[in-house]
Formats: sequence, C-alpha cells, structure tokens
Amino acid sequence: MKKEQDYLNDLTEIRSMMERSSKFLSLSGWAGVLAGIYAIAGAWVARSILHFDPDSILYYYQESSAPFEGLSGLVFLGLGVLMLSLGTAVILSVGNARKKGEKAWNTTSKRMMSDVAIILITGGMLSFIFIFKSMLGLLLPTTLIFYGLAIYMAGNYTFKDVKVLGLIEITLGLLSILFIQYSLALWTVGFGALHIVYGSFIYAKYER
Amino acid sequence: MNVSFNDLHKAFENRIRLGIMSALAVNDSLDFSALKELLDVTDGNLATHIKTLEKLDFVGVKKSFVDRKPNTSYFITGEGKKAFENHLKVLEQIINAQK
Repeated sequence: MKKEQDYLNDLTEIRSMMERSSKFLSLSGWAGVLAGIYAIAGAWVARSILHFDPDSILYYYQESSAPFEGLSGLVFLGLGVLMLSLGTAVILSVGNARKKGEKAWNTTSKRMMSDVAIILITGGMLSFIFIFKSMLGLLLPTTLIFYGLAIYMAGNYTFKDVKVLGLIEITLGLLSILFIQYSLALWTVGFGALHIVYGSFIYAKYER
Repeated sequence: MNVSFNDLHKAFENRIRLGIMSALAVNDSLDFSALKELLDVTDGNLATHIKTLEKLDFVGVKKSFVDRKPNTSYFITGEGKKAFENHLKVLEQIINAQK
C-alpha cells in the first residue's frame, strides 16, 4: 500500500514533468543584462557618431534635402547589436541548460523559436521597407513593438514574467511613435535599461 | 471524505507511465526521442510502457517522415486525458482527506 508521501511525490513529479516538457527555463538572465549594455552602447554610437536623431517620420522627402548620411552605418550598427545580443543569449542559455543536464535545443525551444521568428522576421522586413521609403523615424518604434510582441509570445514557453517585459516594450514602441523626437531615448530605455533590470531580476529569481 | 483507492488507475502506478501521460497532457504531441530525453530511460523500457498505454487507448501514435527519416510521435487521446485528469483528482482528494 502506498503512503501519503508517495501520492504527494506523484503529484510533485507530475507537475515537474508538465513544466519541464512544455517550458524552456534555461533562459539566461545574464544574457539580458549584456544585451542591455550592447543596446546602450549602440544608441550612443547612433546618436553621437552617426548623428541619428529622429524628429519626424519622414527623413528626407524633398529632393533638395540631403539624405541621412549615416544610414548604412546605422543599418550595420543595428544588425551588429542584434547579432551580438542573439549570440550571447544562445551561448549563455545553452550553458545554462547544460548545467541542468538538459538539452537547450529541445521540442519546447524549437516551438518557441519558430513562433518568435515569424514575428521578428515580419518586424525586420517592415523595418527595411521603412528604410527604402525613407521613413527612418518609424525604425526605432517598429523594432520596439515587434520585439515586444515576440517577447510576449516567448512568455508562453518560458518564465511568465517575460510577458510583462513584452507589454512594456510594446507600450514604449507606441509612445515613441507618438513622441517621435524622444524615440531614441525611449528605445534606449526599452532595449537598454529594461534589459538590464529584467535580466538581473531573472538571474536573481531563477538562477541563484 | 470517502475516497476509494480503487479509483486510482492501475496503469498510472508506474512512474514512467505517469511521466509519459504528464508530458503528453501538456503537449500536442511529442516524438520518441523527446520523451526519452524527458524521462531519461532506455529505448526498450520506454517502448514497453508506451505500448501498454497504447493498448489502453490512452495514447495514440502518429507516424510520419521528417527529413526522409521515419518519425514516430505520440499524443494523448480523449480517453487518456479523461483517465489522467481523474487520476489527478483522486490523488488530490487522497492527500486532502489525510490532512
């Protein structure tokens, strides 16, 4: 005959199996902190060196006005920050998973990646369309909004707290269209400060 | 409270079978290797337990090809879900009754 403790163990094991089989819990908080630092550095380069300072949606719509000279630099800077952040996140999360004796590339993380990729690719393509249409002012808000949507979706597969981060990013994105002259500052808050705060929070709550 | 231990399904007395059902309850479907990884058991062991659940009609099999390699995935049937949820309810009742 089984004892009460056995039944309790059964329930605990069922819960743990449900969580392990449907959630990716090796997401690294440190990666968030580092991504925040890259973003702040990127924003500083964009502002101080490339003199990118969006104050209207259209950047140059008359033939007389000069096109934004730092454009190609800005695109490479953006892609560079993105690659660096993704690379860091992958390396640190794989390390985390290995520490727990799990594989990082499992059914759950595959599902999470394919869902998130659709949103991010749409956002990326939209950003390039805005570049071709000279609507550079919409670039920063677009990245904030689509990143927020992607993060919100990722929240289905990992720590629930991530969903709140997604909602804040979406709000910042919408605000930065409304107040486009502050969009670089809002972007720095969204991708820089928030990542650092949230990364430390995830680290403190789940990894220590 | 009167809880009957007979309400606990025999199939779920085994840890591995309970694990298979728990994992399938929260996923649309999982393939053999994913289950193996989650449960940390040998191929033969896992196959035997899946067969048992299959015979009870608790688990269904879906065979397909992924990259030209045969891929077998498993899902929980309606009946399996009902039995598993009932099992959970009885477990909770037993624990509550003994408090």
